[in-house]
Amino acid sequence: MSHRRVAVVGAGMTKFVRFAKETPGELAYQAGKMALESCEMDISQIDSVSIGSAPDAFDGFHMKGEMLAEPSGGWRKPVMRNYVGGGTGVMSIIHGWQHVASGLFDTCLVVCEEKMSSAFPHPAGAFLTIFDHTTEQPIKPTLLWIFAIEMNRFMHVHGYKKEEIALVAVKNKKNALDHPAAQLGAEITVKDVLNSEIMAWPVNRLDVSPTSDGAVAIVLAAEHIARRVTEKPVWVDGVGWTLDSAYWCTRDLYYPDYVEVAARKAYEMAGIKEPSKEIHIAEPYDPFTYKELHHLEGLMLCPRGGSVKMLLDGVTQRNGNLPVCPSGGLLGVGNPISAAGLMKVAEIFWQLRGEAGKRQVPGNPKCGVAQAWGDLMQVGTVVVMRN
Amino acid sequence: MTISNKQMTKEMIEKTVTSLSREDVIGNKVITSKWEPKLQYAWDNGPAIGRYLAELKNGKLIAKKCRKCNRIMIPPRMFCELCWRPTDEWVYVKDSGTVNTFVISHVDWKAGRLDIKGGVRPFTPAVIEIDGASEGMGILHMIDEIDPQKIKIGMKVKAIWKKPAEREGAITDILYFKPR
Repeated sequence: MSHRRVAVVGAGMTKFVRFAKETPGELAYQAGKMALESCEMDISQIDSVSIGSAPDAFDGFHMKGEMLAEPSGGWRKPVMRNYVGGGTGVMSIIHGWQHVASGLFDTCLVVCEEKMSSAFPHPAGAFLTIFDHTTEQPIKPTLLWIFAIEMNRFMHVHGYKKEEIALVAVKNKKNALDHPAAQLGAEITVKDVLNSEIMAWPVNRLDVSPTSDGAVAIVLAAEHIARRVTEKPVWVDGVGWTLDSAYWCTRDLYYPDYVEVAARKAYEMAGIKEPSKEIHIAEPYDPFTYKELHHLEGLMLCPRGGSVKMLLDGVTQRNGNLPVCPSGGLLGVGNPISAAGLMKVAEIFWQLRGEAGKRQVPGNPKCGVAQAWGDLMQVGTVVVMRN
Repeated sequence: MTISNKQMTKEMIEKTVTSLSREDVIGNKVITSKWEPKLQYAWDNGPAIGRYLAELKNGKLIAKKCRKCNRIMIPPRMFCELCWRPTDEWVYVKDSGTVNTFVISHVDWKAGRLDIKGGVRPFTPAVIEIDGASEGMGILHMIDEIDPQKIKIGMKVKAIWKKPAEREGAITDILYFKPR
């Protein structure tokens, strides 16, 4: 496969909060502006814009991509919006990568924005219409159910316990204390997680990421531009994405095949043969505690059924052998759907440049992976980055 | 040429957002404009789900088979998504099955809390693998007539139907599944 080398050269983000006064456009502008300023580029140097934003139902506005185009610096530029549910954030860098890798554009500003707080009484209600309107919606499902359904199956097949999985929340919320944009950084215990309100067993309140408003942006550039812009480009060495069947009740939910398929594509492109040895830092998608573990298995960073051992052994701590969600993840930093996925990409960018401040993992990591998940437990989006 | 890129600081991030509270928004402490959509849709269901619904009204579950991969699929579909070819014959399957996974939910579809302390039974949705369909072929439905704490993965269940006169050709013509 022939394509040009693409680097991330800048990144920026807003603070993640439950209710932002700013409009979606104002959030997108803040993130885009900060990303450009971080690499001292001007909007005139941006050839194309890729926007990621999740369901229009959150905003109650069905021209969301168009509404976000100008705030994202897209006036009279080629702008495209993508949406694959929770997978959108990592899909967006893949989308922008296609723009630049293809040779069509030299630069691309990738902006992901989500404002969930406009929907009442709770944005969870907006998810009812992701289910099949005839065979599932009449049962009145909520998104919490499909996560709880998947978590129960995952625990059942591997014999994992809730008190083990709860350690993911403890780790990620603690990591988020060091993230300046975080919504829910906290020192909590396993007991706090187990004693928090039961939402949909086996999911308790502290197993779940919050609803959030926020935006994240990154700047992508072809190699000849990247080397002029920065001394520390972070290369997008592998991308992969895939969709599994929307008949989600037909798949054995204990294992995310779609993540494995996407990861294999990304690893092959990046020349990675032994992911657990060659990848130094990972930001798998963690909207729920068990999801981090589920995705680590799908990313083949541990054997199937081996993720809890890795967690208990401290391997995934920030100072462990494979730091996982050193940002604080969705559980700690927050979950403005599409922006949360791109936040993971930005974290890998900062970590590989040694610019993650208090969150910096030791040992000068050289290779990182970010991954997101979405739609009806069916989308896997994976990106491999190196410095 | 400058290559000394700026690093993001806490001060920079703090300036990006004005954080409000729920009271600010719903209590009109900041000016908000509100809209309550009352959109209506009539969804056509196509030949596959159309037949599925008609059979539900008859108190039966029907699936469709793909002769290439030999899967018997429920809900039925006009094409096999794996082989990407038309499906073949209709196959009646049983109204019983096995719990593949389940939930004990204390919330409704809009995250509203059920009054569990007041005696409301938690919702217990499950993926139920249907007998007679291919292995692992499940549908989403409710479990009832059992203490939620006693539901187990692998439990055998059967459908409890609405009375024939009350059925309307909907997945809710099955009220729930109960242990058998």
